[in-house]
Amino acid sequence: MNVAVAKTGSGRAVSDLFASAEGRLPGSPDVIAARREAFETYERLGLPHRRIEEWKYTDLRALVGEVLPLAAAPDATALKRAAEAVKAHAIAGARKLVLVDGVFAAELSDVKALASEAGFKTLRESLDKDAGLLKTASTDAVIAVNAALATDGVVLSIADGTQLSAPVQIIHVATAASASAVTRSQVRIGKGVRATIIESFVAAGAAAYQVNDAVIISVGDDADVAHIRLMDDAADAVNITSQFVTVGANTKLNVFNMTSGAAVSRLQGFITLAGEGSELSVNGVNLLKKTEHGDTTLVVDHAVPNCVSREIFRAVIDDRAHSVFQGRIIVRPDAQKTDGKMMTRALLLSDEAEADNKPELEIFADDVSCGHGATAGALDDSLLFYLKARGLPEKQAQALLIQAFVGEAIEQIADDTLREHVIGIAERWLERRS
Amino acid sequence: MMALLEVKDLKVRVEEREILHGLTLTVNEGEVHAIMGPNGSGKSTLSHVIAGKPGYEVTDGQILFRGEDLLEMEPDERAAKGVFLAFQYPVEIPGVTTMNFLRTALNAQRKARGESELMVPDFLKKVREVSKSLNIPQDMLKRGVNVGFSGGEKKRNEVLQMALFEPSLCILDEMDSGLDIDALRIAADGVNALRSPGRAMVVITHYQRLLNYIVPDVVHVMSRGRVVKSGGKELALELEASGYAQFEDAA
Repeated sequence: MNVAVAKTGSGRAVSDLFASAEGRLPGSPDVIAARREAFETYERLGLPHRRIEEWKYTDLRALVGEVLPLAAAPDATALKRAAEAVKAHAIAGARKLVLVDGVFAAELSDVKALASEAGFKTLRESLDKDAGLLKTASTDAVIAVNAALATDGVVLSIADGTQLSAPVQIIHVATAASASAVTRSQVRIGKGVRATIIESFVAAGAAAYQVNDAVIISVGDDADVAHIRLMDDAADAVNITSQFVTVGANTKLNVFNMTSGAAVSRLQGFITLAGEGSELSVNGVNLLKKTEHGDTTLVVDHAVPNCVSREIFRAVIDDRAHSVFQGRIIVRPDAQKTDGKMMTRALLLSDEAEADNKPELEIFADDVSCGHGATAGALDDSLLFYLKARGLPEKQAQALLIQAFVGEAIEQIADDTLREHVIGIAERWLERRS
Repeated sequence: MMALLEVKDLKVRVEEREILHGLTLTVNEGEVHAIMGPNGSGKSTLSHVIAGKPGYEVTDGQILFRGEDLLEMEPDERAAKGVFLAFQYPVEIPGVTTMNFLRTALNAQRKARGESELMVPDFLKKVREVSKSLNIPQDMLKRGVNVGFSGGEKKRNEVLQMALFEPSLCILDEMDSGLDIDALRIAADGVNALRSPGRAMVVITHYQRLLNYIVPDVVHVMSRGRVVKSGGKELALELEASGYAQFEDAA
């Protein structure tokens, strides 16, 4: 393979990226071989661009250009800065697992408190025994980069019948500027488990960094699980996250994704309903301003009969920002009695704001109820006038209507504390606007 | 004594078409004025321009509120000064509970006037009192503003706001439209309870019926963008008998 010709926008040879990272990457010789193979995939494909159908609206070659070299492992100063950020973003009562610049930080985490209820290891510790951690159901260039370069992550295992007494919050903190943090985590949730898993992405003073995260979640039968992801990275950061979720039978899974930061972001979620009688609720909010680009791409795969899926997605787009929602519902030939619905709405706050909604249904069974809807529009002038006539200044009237707009998605979060936390993020975003 | 509201020779256009052709109206504190007139005479336009609705171009004339130029103020500033428009068609705002809306609006007005925010218990007490007198169930206040409300409930919600915000000028735009006689009576009782020496009302209506419940001090007849006749409450009865045709000819 002639790697010498593969160059990034800055002229840096792509192969240097792996060569320079190799010394920091954990894993047995098998793992290193798997990483090398993944890296070769990335070298061959390059970053996704608009002529690749799945990435049509998010051309990473144009938006990002290149994958930055890995961030150095955090030193004492970085950990101190990270601690501040963790304090600011921690959810009350949650047990924290903190990754700083892609490396697990035990001193900032609640490993001991968690140990009584769940099995925990770092990815670094786990890779030697399980090279399979680098494999995922599907692969594109960004997932390949993740497999090649993942420095750390959390490997969590919640045994059958466990009811977690507190949510687990995985906090990704960036302290290193102009560098990549590449993480991969796995969460195995057993039968009958009740659990809430939160993932937060935040910055601690870092700028222009890149996050590439992958998370692999399996949920067993008869479980009741909430999975919340809150991405509030720095205004000039890049966040690419891939989620792979499989759901067992008679399980309730409630997913919520919020994007309120990063210059360029893509969340791609691949959720497979693999057991009958399950209910999946996937909801999300994108809050975008300036020239931010936020892409939420969800694939819900009904592989078996008798499952329900609901998706409610809201995008609020100001200035020259660009929101992308791609939602695909697949109903396999056997998946009769599937009930799948998806509704996406975009609110455009400026003439230059842009929204792309791409709902897709791929239905191979004949006895199903599936539907989707998509709208895009501005704030309703008659509602704005009503609020102003009652004494609300323009920006406050807008804020109230925007909160109501995103509220329908946020309301789907069942836990009061979490819901209030998310409403707080939206309120702060709105305050920054006015 | 300075008038509360003075509309002087007001000319208003909507999309190049002149709707008000030089309207003059003076309302003093404590007075209830009725403005009657046929459809298209400009009654609602007048109410919208006083409240500051966008889309109207004032080409001439003035609107003074306690001597201040109302046309220079944003709608929210007018509200904070004490101008209240009860909408003919109150909008539905899904996702904003009535309670949250009431508190946000009241505190925004207080803030604009340099007053402190009303404490939550005081606010709740006040809302409870007023909503009880208007026969508004508490669970209605937890729902989105006007979402799923009947016509009567929407109008009562307007009166509730009037009672809470304590404006000095209330403009009731066709409050009777879409209401049956019972709903009209409840809403009108609510309005009458708010009559006070410090507060004026302008009741805009097509029909005399509403004025049986809210008895005005002064009745104005509008036709083709002007006030063509003013008189006492007996003018409303006269109109009921003879109709608007005579004034349309006069205009």
